Amino acid sequence: MALNLKLHTQPEVPLEADCICPDKLQSLENNEISSLILFHGNRQVQLGEFFDCNGTFDGEIVIDGDLSNVKHIGATMSFGKITVEGNVGLHAGAAMRGGEITIEGSSSGWLGPEMIGGRITVKGDAGHMTGSGYRGSEIGMQGGEIIVHGNVKNETGHAMRRGLIVVGGNSGDFTGVNMHAGTIIILGQMGMRTGAGMKRGSIISFNQAALLPTFSRNCEYHPSFIKFYFKYLEEIGFKIDPSHLNSTFERWSGDSIELNRGEILLLMSKK
Amino acid sequence: MKIKSTEIVDTFAEAFKMYGSRIIITAETKEWAMAAAQSITGFATSVIGCKCEAGIETEISANASPDLRPGVSVLLFAMDSESLGKRLMERIGQCVMTCPSTACYNGIDQGNEITVGGQLRYFGDGFQISKKIAEKKLWRIPVMDGEFLVDDIFKTKEAVGGGNILILGKDQNTTLKAAKSAVKAMREIPNIILPFPNGVVRSGSKVGSKYKALIASTNDAYCPTLSSIVEKTEISKGINSVLEIVIDGLTLNAVEEAMYIGINASIKPGIKKISAGNYGGGLGQYQIQLHKLLERNN
Repeated sequence: MALNLKLHTQPEVPLEADCICPDKLQSLENNEISSLILFHGNRQVQLGEFFDCNGTFDGEIVIDGDLSNVKHIGATMSFGKITVEGNVGLHAGAAMRGGEITIEGSSSGWLGPEMIGGRITVKGDAGHMTGSGYRGSEIGMQGGEIIVHGNVKNETGHAMRRGLIVVGGNSGDFTGVNMHAGTIIILGQMGMRTGAGMKRGSIISFNQAALLPTFSRNCEYHPSFIKFYFKYLEEIGFKIDPSHLNSTFERWSGDSIELNRGEILLLMSKK
Repeated sequence: MKIKSTEIVDTFAEAFKMYGSRIIITAETKEWAMAAAQSITGFATSVIGCKCEAGIETEISANASPDLRPGVSVLLFAMDSESLGKRLMERIGQCVMTCPSTACYNGIDQGNEITVGGQLRYFGDGFQISKKIAEKKLWRIPVMDGEFLVDDIFKTKEAVGGGNILILGKDQNTTLKAAKSAVKAMREIPNIILPFPNGVVRSGSKVGSKYKALIASTNDAYCPTLSSIVEKTEISKGINSVLEIVIDGLTLNAVEEAMYIGINASIKPGIKKISAGNYGGGLGQYQIQLHKLLERNN
């Protein structure tokens, strides 16, 4: 049986709830969970002051309510599952190492920053800096998957080194900026300056995009590996137009101000 | 035991423990996938001279293939896992990577892991790219028609080699027809290959030779031209041609099933006997008794 947390009082200022994490709740009784300390602004409060706590923790946490003002949910988690029935605030899944977070609504910015493993699924939209590194960090996401069914804002996958980010809608500017490696798939449109400063890694888009002049066009071809992503995307709930299966992709290399070993693949047309 | 006019000799096929691997080759068209499959299974009839045994298991439709392109499944066998790994490297590198539009994937779920793509990647000279999709790691090696996509890891498992039947007929034509019929039926069985040309071998061998350098030599007991001059012959009156079908399989059950199907398909007028090759039972780990096999399945 899952542990159910229901937000009964909206926080007036952001509530820092990094204790809502399977690693920190395992082996605790419900009264101990209700007594866990959170920061409400700069004031220490108990979890029970904002959440009703029911059920039994068996590795899964289900959180009900609009958590737009609740930060750090699932931060550093290494196992288990968190399901958020509504929206979620900043830094959800920060430095997450394993397990799964599912957000039925939308996420604020800094979703899964510096993530190492596991999977975050957002049924709605996500904000800026999805799967990115913190300011000053040279390395962002190092593994795992972030799946956003809606749109994302700027700097998705900033300094990403490994892992997969999939966006079902559009992405903002600077998608994959300073990327080291890994894969970003954008099913919708991308904003400006995609891949700026990228060293390696793949950015795949199902639409054309205006690229920086520091990217050079290589060729048009049919990359077989993309079919594995198509199959995988369908497995995780995306609908892929079957005509894309044999589509031609345009391959661009960049960013030439860096190693020039990154690639942007833009879907061109049906075969 | 007799089935129709054919005698089933009360003997056994002596089969060996080998290591096997399944390779899935896909390409833009079935023809290119088959070209790579024929190349990788070339010169792979017997471990004695070729270091491995290989054959085409089946064709794979685009819908059922890993990358949704037409494919061919190939089985490759060797006497140990390490040797099989070397053969995989050599053959995938030389016969599949070289073939236009192909990609190559592991087709075994459980087993010893052999790094193949992870070594072939160096051909990419630093331009290679790895992709991890769910639990699958692939290498993309740039080549002149695009990219060669290959699994990082291929798996090998314990398998069975050297299952066989011997078809003894009244003449070459009759025996060839029976063997062809048997091969056609046996090729419907999954998890096996028939590594010899068109699935049939005429130069069956015995262990040893009068020449010290040779570890195997012609199976004189089954050579019709020697029937009156060798110490022991299996050629009785009316037999003028013998053909053998060798079966390698990923499981003993698959080898036995193929032998059973093959025996039944090769029973035709003019086929005097069906037998099996063995070395007295002292070498192989498996003894597949023909009578028991037929009784169990009938």
